[in-house]
Amino acid sequence: MKPKLKFTDVTTQPPDTQRRKNDLSSFEYTHRAEITSVYPLTDMETIYRIQIIDPEERRRFKFVPGQFVMLEMPGIGEAPFSISSSPSIHGEVELCIRKAGNLTNFLSKVGRGAHVGIRGPFGTGFPMEEMRGQNILLIAGGLGLVPLRSPIAYVQENRSHFKEVNIIYGTKSPAHLLFQYQYEVWSKDDINLNIIVEKTDPAWKGSVGLITESLLKILTGRDSEFYHNTYAIVCGPPVMFKFVCNMLNKFHVPMQKMFVSLERRMHCGMGKCCRCNVGSTYTCLKGPVFDYWTVMNLKEAI
Amino acid sequence: MIFRIFEKKELRSLFEILAAHNKIVGPVETGRDKDKNPVYAFAEVSDFNSIKLNYTTTKLPAKRYFLPFQEDLSTFRIKDGNWQKTIDYNAKEPLIFFGLHACDINALNKLDKVLLHSVYPTPYYAAKRKNMFIIGIDCVPQPFCFCRSMGSDTALHGFDMFITDLGAKYFVEILTDTAYNFLKNIKTEEPKEKDHVLYMKTTAERNKKFTAQVETTDLAKILDMEFQADVWKQWGDKCLACGTCSNVCPTCYCYGVEETVNIDLKGARKTKSLYSCNLIDFAEVAGGHNFRPERHTRLKYRYYHKHRGFVEAFEESLCVGCGRCGQACLAGINVPEVIASVRGGKIK
Ligand SMILES: Cc1cc2nc3c(=O)[nH]c(=O)nc-3n(C[C@H](O)[C@H](O)[C@H](O)COP(=O)(O)OP(=O)(O)OC[C@H]3O[C@@H](n4cnc5c(N)ncnc54)[C@H](O)[C@@H]3O)c2cc1C
Ligand code: SF4
Ligand code: SF4
Ligand code: FES
Repeated sequence: MKPKLKFTDVTTQPPDTQRRKNDLSSFEYTHRAEITSVYPLTDMETIYRIQIIDPEERRRFKFVPGQFVMLEMPGIGEAPFSISSSPSIHGEVELCIRKAGNLTNFLSKVGRGAHVGIRGPFGTGFPMEEMRGQNILLIAGGLGLVPLRSPIAYVQENRSHFKEVNIIYGTKSPAHLLFQYQYEVWSKDDINLNIIVEKTDPAWKGSVGLITESLLKILTGRDSEFYHNTYAIVCGPPVMFKFVCNMLNKFHVPMQKMFVSLERRMHCGMGKCCRCNVGSTYTCLKGPVFDYWTVMNLKEAI
Repeated sequence: MIFRIFEKKELRSLFEILAAHNKIVGPVETGRDKDKNPVYAFAEVSDFNSIKLNYTTTKLPAKRYFLPFQEDLSTFRIKDGNWQKTIDYNAKEPLIFFGLHACDINALNKLDKVLLHSVYPTPYYAAKRKNMFIIGIDCVPQPFCFCRSMGSDTALHGFDMFITDLGAKYFVEILTDTAYNFLKNIKTEEPKEKDHVLYMKTTAERNKKFTAQVETTDLAKILDMEFQADVWKQWGDKCLACGTCSNVCPTCYCYGVEETVNIDLKGARKTKSLYSCNLIDFAEVAGGHNFRPERHTRLKYRYYHKHRGFVEAFEESLCVGCGRCGQACLAGINVPEVIASVRGGKIK
């Protein structure tokens, strides 16, 4: 009689399922989370506060400014969003979301109490620790302020660790300004907040012009020590990156101390679907935060 | 490594012992092409006679058994506005691959690097890959395959046993204890010196038959230098942006995800579908901006991912040189010609 030769039993639990328990950001591990507040900013952008339901998961959910989460509405879609709140709050994130398509439009109709899925946090963040003891330039254009809100909170909470802090924020018009209610708080603690709009309206009393004009004012007349000891975080539309980074470069701010956040379509957030590929790199793994030197060496980055 | 040798008829016995209790996938003939040459495909087989061990490259790779073109990543039950998520890795049963060529085994090895051995292993792939038993077999080199240039003409790992046709007998290389145990059930012998000599002679003969070539020296660097080269535009003008090349490629793994609500509104699913970077919306972001709107930028990207980006990440290229993409491309675009043109050659 021939022996019964059966090739192994089906392992439907691959070894890395063990990881799922230990590593919160592994494949398909979705935190169940609740929308705890919805705060409309403009008719396009809304801030959602989202809290992880499981207390143990909430305690372990930590992130660094610049990272993103994949937000999922089951049956509707999943998309990446930068975390726009302070990293010192664990297990809860604030996302500022612009209506752009399926998921984001659907979300705008969902209210408090709804349950969503969040995966992550994913990606690289701004090296806040490394920036300690240095001058900080936070430069945002338009929606670019959303990912900057997290490092701004970090800097403010740890103000004594940084030298001179400048925030430059520019939009098309005063009507496009986001987070207006926070400006007063942001300009406390010896933080220099510069707001500039391209097109003014009668009520506007602030500066008018391009972001680079405000930047030029801050940069001119300093000594080389200032330039060399400055970290810049730049977020905004790709054209803005180019002009701002060129200017910083001209003043000899080291390219490895300038950080930008890149946007791509993302379906996995973990270097598998290749949708976010730029040159030879995955934006979801090696980014979205890149230093400018790296970006210069990536094909088709901006 | 353990080597054995066995009579050809023993392979049928091995097949039958295995087929009695396992699902076997192997190369079969599915028809003839316009020149009357046989067309091969991987399919489930229960009869040894339907396996064609001397097959040429299959039109499609064995990919669907470990990277299905479409699979549900998760399903949701929706009730009273709330939902419950279920994850199933879709590894239904173990599979025995009977007769994979070295290039296809190497393709799996390359996929393993990204999907198993990187920061976030893909459990869907892992579950299927863990439940595979692979019997490799030597191929007959085809005029379009350049696996030798890519270092994929032989497989060093990624299989359980690998057989080579020595004429009267099979020479077998045993890599896993599963294979060793299976082979206890057929009659095998220790190879003698004359068998070793015959093995070396056979492989040397085979090596002479590889004709197509790709020059890979400094390729990653050259691709960087030639990023703006006109040849890309010329290939782009030919490319139909159909994505067939990715479809037939044993190493293409890019995908897209879509979520849908079931028609009865009681459930929803999150479905992953393999995709191609040659398709127009691959790099489109919300709001409609497309990072690679032109055909040539996408075609170029496919080459950069395989021969540049992957090399940077894993020190090898993401192409095994099977030549399937060139054979399947309606526009006649094939890797050896594209690479030669980037290196300064003329486009025919
Ligand atoms: C790192 C990062 C951070 C971000 N942070 C923010 C943020 O803080 N705030 C913000 O508002 N936005 C942010 N975005 C942008 C945001 O992810 C997109 O606007 C989001 O994808 C919009 O989702 P949607 O479902 O509404 O859009 P849709 O365009 O409808 O896309 C939804 C999904 O449908 C599918 N889909 C739709 N169209 C196609 C198509 N043509 N082909 C294939 N699939 C398609 C895709 O799966 C897609 O993910 C960020 C993006 C990145 C990469
Ligand atoms: S290279 Fe050929 S197969 Fe690939 S997309 Fe272009 S036309 Fe289609
Ligand atoms: S790119 Fe073409 S030759 Fe290379 S592995 Fe894929 S199908 Fe085969
Ligand atoms: S989002 Fe899938 S690879 Fe980056």
